[in-house]
Amino acid sequence: MAARQFNEDADRVAHHDNTFWSVRQKRDRMAGALPEWEELRNAADRIKRHTVTHLADYLEHFENNATKNGVHVHWAKDADEYNAIVLDILRSHNVKKVVKSKSMLTEECHLNEHLMAAGIDPVETDLGERILQLMKLAPSHIVMPAIHITKEQVGKCFEEKIGSEPGNCDPTYLTHQARLHLRDNFMTAECGMTGANFGIAATGDVVVCTNEGNADMSTSIPKLHIVSMGIEKLIPDYEAMGVFQRLLARCGTGQETTVYTSHFRKPRPGGEMHIVLVDNGRSEILANEEHWQTLKCMRCGACMNTCPVYRRSGGYSYTYFIPGPIGVNLGMLKDKDMNYHNLSACSLCCSCDNVCPVKVDLSHQIYRWRQQLDAWHHADAMKKMMSKGMGFLFNHPSVYTGTLRMAPLVNALPSFMTDFRLNAWSIGHTMPQFAKKSFHQLWKEGKVKK
Amino acid sequence: MKIGLFIPCYVDALYPEVGVSTYKLLTHYGLDVDYPEKQTCCGQPQGNAGFEKLSVELAERFEHNFEGYDYIVAPSASCAAYVKFFHPQILEGHHPCTTTDRIMDVVEFLHDVLNVKQVPGKFPHKVSVHNSCHGVRELGLSTPTERMDYPRYNKIRDLLQLVEGIEVVEPERPDECCGFGGMFAIEEPEVSTRMGRDKLRRHEETGAEYVTGADSSCLMHLQGIARKVGDKMKFIHAVQILAYGL
Repeated sequence: MAARQFNEDADRVAHHDNTFWSVRQKRDRMAGALPEWEELRNAADRIKRHTVTHLADYLEHFENNATKNGVHVHWAKDADEYNAIVLDILRSHNVKKVVKSKSMLTEECHLNEHLMAAGIDPVETDLGERILQLMKLAPSHIVMPAIHITKEQVGKCFEEKIGSEPGNCDPTYLTHQARLHLRDNFMTAECGMTGANFGIAATGDVVVCTNEGNADMSTSIPKLHIVSMGIEKLIPDYEAMGVFQRLLARCGTGQETTVYTSHFRKPRPGGEMHIVLVDNGRSEILANEEHWQTLKCMRCGACMNTCPVYRRSGGYSYTYFIPGPIGVNLGMLKDKDMNYHNLSACSLCCSCDNVCPVKVDLSHQIYRWRQQLDAWHHADAMKKMMSKGMGFLFNHPSVYTGTLRMAPLVNALPSFMTDFRLNAWSIGHTMPQFAKKSFHQLWKEGKVKK
Repeated sequence: MKIGLFIPCYVDALYPEVGVSTYKLLTHYGLDVDYPEKQTCCGQPQGNAGFEKLSVELAERFEHNFEGYDYIVAPSASCAAYVKFFHPQILEGHHPCTTTDRIMDVVEFLHDVLNVKQVPGKFPHKVSVHNSCHGVRELGLSTPTERMDYPRYNKIRDLLQLVEGIEVVEPERPDECCGFGGMFAIEEPEVSTRMGRDKLRRHEETGAEYVTGADSSCLMHLQGIARKVGDKMKFIHAVQILAYGL
């Protein structure tokens, strides 16, 4: 992982760490205020297990209900099909500009690049996403995508891109500028696109949670609404929705609920509504015995906020666009050759397993991925050598005790011999001192039992 | 009650005094304690690095070494957790795993099995408890801060508070990882070191003279970090405090 560079600026690390730790603390306060918190997590886990393992039935149910509501339902087996379907809908409506509320699925499929190549302007309307789009940067977190950008950087960007006052980086001023800029886009776009936090099989509804109301703005002005939804977003009914509604914002941002929870059932009078259901590898994940539970994830980001490694590495240190514990696992499922380096970004502290509202066994999945690296020839040579050496040593008790007898001699080496750059331990540590006599020796010499 | 002492490799080589304290304390409570001499390591360093499959023979040997003991007690939470939760899967298809139900960290054993209410040691010092990840989140030595389970408890704290003269405190972010993680410290040295420095600072902010815990591997990491920058914080395993003066 490329966290070395991020760590060159100690203050930035502290800022990043404190920012996300404060979100974790807010989550703790929210969770602690509900006596039934752990029961809610259990319920969410059960509901997702059930839905994900009966997905074909629920998808059919969802499609039937949505169609009855007058919604056009499309199926995309991969990113190419998805991009083609969206482009086709936009072209048939002669769309030149799309306003988008935040959707990680469109990031996953690189929709924006695809649309721009076709001469269509995709305008992100989530403030953080819009800032990143103007700066031509990728998100560094799935819920707070631009939290690593400073207000000075935003001021500079707005000055160049949307004509705000030079040198003004007052957050209230900048937010107002963003509002004016986005209003123009809302008014002139011919299509609004949203993601989906939940799809409700029993009614065919799509539920979108935002704090800025931009999903509502995106769908209230243009007549055409396209929903992009991964097939794992389904839940059975509104009773289940109650469970997730209580968990999502508490886990993600430490709010009781998002400011807006928007329910979409059918097209507006005179309008059109499309839902594109995207597989893009999800069926394969479902068939993966060791990793199917990643499909339970509802992208709250709590695992990133609690991850001590993510907080001190930043999102860009990971090779996959979703960072942190869930991103390490999803990246491996997407393309292990591209993303296996991220597997080292875990100290196996298991904090993520315990915050996850749907109980994905994140750290244990990382442990399991590591077991496969050698077979894929991606094992680190040094680690393999060390592990083999340890294997030999620990499988031969007489060699082990013999070696330990010699070990204290290492203490006598001058520090320049053990303190070189290649020895990664010595970057931050002094070497531990071997005891003059191991416990084993003391026991043999009768010095333990007195 | 027959106890087999498991002294993990790094405790054996670097911290034999932790093993000695464990032995003394357990015999102090009248237990029959033995140390099977052919023991080496639990296999965790290799497993966490991705070479679990190299540890089949090791886990089989562990089974044989600890045959016939009622409990296997180890002064290292992480190693005890590895035997408990990972040996069964390593041994699957090779050997039945009988040690999983008998292995315990020494703190867990003193607290849950012996139900200790008195300890021999006096220790008139202020100590900051280091709650190690695997002790907390795998063995349940304390309620993880992420979880909303009640009543909340901390077995290390409970035991230490029995020691005469001691003042027990915990750092801010009481169970955030210190960044050791075995091979993690070597693979991601910058992040690991940063995590360790942050943790060390929080222990220091309590005003404690000692950092103590149930896992010498975290303490080794923190001590290495402290000494690198000339920091004089003292580190001591919890069992050494409990057995102080024996």
